[in-house]
Amino acid sequence: MKRLLLALMALFCIAAASDPAERLADPAQEARARNLFQEVRCLVCQNESIDDSTADLAHDLRQVVREQVSAGRSDQQIRDFLVARYGEFVLLKPPMTAANLPLWALPFVMLLIGGLLLALRLRRRPVAAPLSEDEEARLAQLTREGRD
Amino acid sequence: MIVELGAFCLVLALALSLAQVGLSAAGVRRPVLAGAGEGAATGAFGALALTFAALIFAFVTSDFSVANVAANSHTEKPLLYRVAGAWGSHEGSMVLWCLALTGFGAAVAWFGKGLPRDLKARTLAVQGALGVAFLAYTVFASNPMARLSDIPLEGRSLNPLLQDPALAVHPPMLYLGYVGFSVVFSLAVAALIGGRIDAAWARWVRPWTLAAWSLLTIGITLGSFWAYYELGWGGWWFWDPVENASFMPWLMGAALLHSAVVTEKRGALPGWTLFLALATFTFSMLGAFLVRSGVLTSVHAFAVDPTRGLLLLGILGVASGAAFALFAWRAPALSPGGLFAPVSRESAMVVNNIVLTVAAGTVLIGTLFPLIREAMGGETVSAGPPFFNLTFVPVMVVGLLILPFGPMLAWKRGDALGAAQRLWIAAVAAVGAGLLAVVIVSPRKAVASAGLALGFWLLFGAAAEIGQRVRLFKAPWPEVFRRMGGLPRGAWGSSLAHAGLALFVLGACFETAWKLELAEVMAPGRAVTLGAYELTFDKVGVVDGPNYLAERAVLTVRRGGKAVCTATPERRFYPAGGQTTQEVAICARGLDQVYITLGERRGTVDGAPGWLVRGYFNPWVQLIFLGPLLMALGGVVSLSDRRLRLAAGRKTGAAS
Repeated sequence: MKRLLLALMALFCIAAASDPAERLADPAQEARARNLFQEVRCLVCQNESIDDSTADLAHDLRQVVREQVSAGRSDQQIRDFLVARYGEFVLLKPPMTAANLPLWALPFVMLLIGGLLLALRLRRRPVAAPLSEDEEARLAQLTREGRD
Repeated sequence: MIVELGAFCLVLALALSLAQVGLSAAGVRRPVLAGAGEGAATGAFGALALTFAALIFAFVTSDFSVANVAANSHTEKPLLYRVAGAWGSHEGSMVLWCLALTGFGAAVAWFGKGLPRDLKARTLAVQGALGVAFLAYTVFASNPMARLSDIPLEGRSLNPLLQDPALAVHPPMLYLGYVGFSVVFSLAVAALIGGRIDAAWARWVRPWTLAAWSLLTIGITLGSFWAYYELGWGGWWFWDPVENASFMPWLMGAALLHSAVVTEKRGALPGWTLFLALATFTFSMLGAFLVRSGVLTSVHAFAVDPTRGLLLLGILGVASGAAFALFAWRAPALSPGGLFAPVSRESAMVVNNIVLTVAAGTVLIGTLFPLIREAMGGETVSAGPPFFNLTFVPVMVVGLLILPFGPMLAWKRGDALGAAQRLWIAAVAAVGAGLLAVVIVSPRKAVASAGLALGFWLLFGAAAEIGQRVRLFKAPWPEVFRRMGGLPRGAWGSSLAHAGLALFVLGACFETAWKLELAEVMAPGRAVTLGAYELTFDKVGVVDGPNYLAERAVLTVRRGGKAVCTATPERRFYPAGGQTTQEVAICARGLDQVYITLGERRGTVDGAPGWLVRGYFNPWVQLIFLGPLLMALGGVVSLSDRRLRLAAGRKTGAAS
C-alpha cells in the first residue's frame, strides 16, 4: 500500500494528456474542456469521443470547445451550441428529452418490472404450506438423485 | 484447383446439413436413421473443415484470383496474418461461423452418447437446420471462393491495426463462444418439441453453456486487450456497437449458466431456463447481423452491405421467431417446477437472472435506440460511454451487492440471518478497504473508493464461500484440508469466477479513477515525470520492418532513480495501404502498467527535433484482463466437474 501511496501522491494532473500545442493556459478551464471532450463524438470517426481521436475534425472540435470554454460559456451553453451546429448525434450522452425518454427510463423500468414479477411469484406460492402429494414424490425423487 | 475443391466442399457441407435435418428428424423414432443423421453431421463438419483449409491455403499462397483474398491480403503480409486474413473478412468470417456451427453439431453427435436418443436426434435436426440456413447464406450470398476475371497483381491488404497476434486468435475464440450457444438453442428447441424438460436436460445444457461462455469470455477479453494496446490511448472498453453485440450474449449466457443450475439441481424455473437458452443464441445471431449489416457505425464493422444484412436478419427472424413461437405454445404445459421461499438460493439466482437480463436489455436499448429513433423520423442520437455509465453500471451494482449472499443461502429455504453472519467479516473488511482507499489513495475519490469496496466485497465473498464449504476456522485443520480435497470442481469454479469478477471490478474502478496521463514534445535527453516514474527520452532510430517502416524511440523508465524498464514505442508507416499506426510500449510493474506511445515529429521550443510522447500510468490495469481470464478459468474448472462428465451415463435412467 505504501508503494501505491507514493505512486499516487505525486500528482494530480487531469489535463496532462492533451496535446501540449492545443492546451489552454488555465488548468481549471483545460480540465473543464477535457471533461466536455469525453461527451462529444468525433463525427467522422466510427465511434470515438474527440478526447480520444487523432482525426483532424476532432482537433477542430477540440479547438471549438476550448475557445468556448475560454470565452467563459457554461458547459450547457457549449453543448447547446454543438447540438445546434451538428445535431444531437454529436453528444455521446443523449440529452434527457421526451424523445429520449425510453432510452433513459427503460433500463430502470425493466429492473422494476423484474423485481415486481419476482415479488408476485414469491407471494403467489407460499412455501410454508405442508408438502403436497406431488412434492412428496418430488422429494423422494430428489433423495434418489443424490443430495446436491 | 484447391480453391474449387473448397467451393465444392462448401456446397457439400450444405447438402450434408440438409441430409442431417431430414435423417435426424426421421431418426427420432428410427435409430438407424438417427445414426445416419449423426454421420451427416460429422460429414458436414469435415467438408467445411476442408473448405476452411482451402481458404487458408488461398490466403497463404496469395492467390489473388480469389476475390476475397485480393480484397483482404497482400504478399508482404507476414504468414500469421495471411492465415488470420482467412477469417478477417466478411466472407471468411461466415465460413468460420459455419465451421463452428457444424463443429458443434458434430460434437453433439460424438459426445452426446448419454443423451436420450430422441432428444439427441431432435437436437441434431435443429442444429442441422441452423447449419442449412447459415451455409445457404454463405454459398449463395457471400461465397468466399468467388473468382475474379481480372486477376490483380497485388492484394488490397488488411488494415495494419488488425495485424496483431491477439486479434488473430480473437475471432476464433469469439465465434466458438457465439456459436457454442447454438447447441443450447438446439437442445431447448428439441426439448420443446419433445415436450419434456427435466434435470437431465438441464444437466446437458450446462456443460455446453459453460464451454461457450468461457470461450466467449476469452474472446471478448482478447478483443478488449487488443483495443487497449493497439488503439494507443489506453481505453479498454468503448461501448462500441460491435463490442455490445458480443457482450449481450455474454450477459445472457451468464444468466443461463445460473438458471440452468437451478433447473438441474432443483427442477425449478424450467420455462425460464428454456427462454434464456433461446434468447442467448438469438443475441448471438443479432450480433452477427449487427456486425455485418452496416446499420451501425463501428470501428469493427465489416464491409457494409445492406442486402446481406437483410438476409441475416431474415435468418435471425425465422430461427428465433419459430423457436419463440414454439416456446409460447409449449412452455405453458411444462410443469412449473420446484417451489422455493423468498429467501433461498433459487431466489438469489432469480435476482441474478433479472439483473443480468436487464443489463443485457440496457445494452440492447443503448445499441438500437439510435436506430429506432432515426427510423421513426426523429433525429439521430448517439448513446456512448456516458449513457452506459449512468444506466448499465447502476443496474449491475445492484446485482453485485447481492451476489455474495447467493452461495451462502441454502436451496429451497435459506437462512438470511445465517448468511449475514457468515458474511459479516467480508462486509466489514470490504468497507474497511474502501475507507482505507479514501484515506490513502490520492487524489481522494469517494465514488471510486466505494467501487473498490464493492470489488473487495465480491472478492471476500468468494473467499467466504469456499471458507464456509470447508468449515475454515470452524473445523480442525486436517478436516479443512480433507474437505478442500473433496470439494466438487463446480464449487471451485463458481468461486473462481466470482473472484475473477471481483478482480475485474477492482481493476476497472482503480484504473478509471486514478490513471495518470501526460503528453509532451520530447527531444533526446529530455526527462519528464509520470507519477512515481521518470521517463527519459534517449533516442529515436529507424526500423525497416517486413511490410512497414518505423521510427522507434527508446525511453528509459526510472523509479526512484533506478531504471526499471526500457520502453520502445514505435510509429509505423505501412506503404501498402498508406496508413500510419502507433505501436505502444508497455512496462508492466506488478498490477500496474506504464504505457507509452510515440506520436508525430515536431520541433521543440529551441528548434531541435522533438517527438510528441504520450505516457500513461494505468494502476491495477492488469486486473481488468486477468479478472475475466479467471472467470473463464472458473468456467473450465466447473466444466471438468465429475458430476458433469458423468452426468450423461448416470442420468439416462432418471430422464424418462
